[in-house]
Amino acid sequence: MSRIRIQHDDFDAAAECAALSDGNANIGAIATFTGLVRGDGGLTAMTLEHYPGMTEREIARHVAEAKTRWPLLGVTIIHRIGRLLPGERIVLVAVASSHRKAAFEACEFLMDYLKTNAPFWKQEERGSAAKWVDAKASDDAAVEKWKSKT
Amino acid sequence: MKLLYFAWVRQKTGRGEEELALPAGVKTVGEMIAHLRGLGGGYADAFGDAKRIRAAVNQEHVGFNAELRNDDEVAFFPPVTGG
Repeated sequence: MSRIRIQHDDFDAAAECAALSDGNANIGAIATFTGLVRGDGGLTAMTLEHYPGMTEREIARHVAEAKTRWPLLGVTIIHRIGRLLPGERIVLVAVASSHRKAAFEACEFLMDYLKTNAPFWKQEERGSAAKWVDAKASDDAAVEKWKSKT
Repeated sequence: MKLLYFAWVRQKTGRGEEELALPAGVKTVGEMIAHLRGLGGGYADAFGDAKRIRAAVNQEHVGFNAELRNDDEVAFFPPVTGG
């Protein structure tokens, strides 16, 4: 089962993990990644914009791809939008499988693809100055490594 | 067709979306970018450097050679920065 949610509201990672494993005794591992707003460089807030419709489709496509690569028993992806403050949670990727290797790898795979393909854009505020975040070459490199693995 | 703009492309054009008939002579995403740049003003600013623009047609990432039809939903935006 997979759950994909784009929302303004915060999420509870523990509750999401509990929901992910509830009723499935074959699950032996859940790997989670939580991304937070970093307050470095004087950052005072971050606003996330997305492309409704395409975001959900793009994430669902990568979840389907992950399921062809690893024996997954559940995936939950939550991405927040709107204005967030330093320390707030931005994104949750939780992946359930029978064993840890698949859960760890699929969690990293999904996060790498989310960063380079899901249509989100971040604007940072530092005091009264607002600046759109530039994409990083290191994120493109992170996703490239999965293309050579089949 | 429906055109959508996100992030700084939206800010520079001054709008999030608009309806447009496929202009004569425009067959591809790249040609649409050139057409929009030619509108001047905020469009010239937004589309002045095509290397900084990414596109989606009907909610799928595409290259600049992708062909357009009049009933497409076409989005222009900077490289994505989520996660």
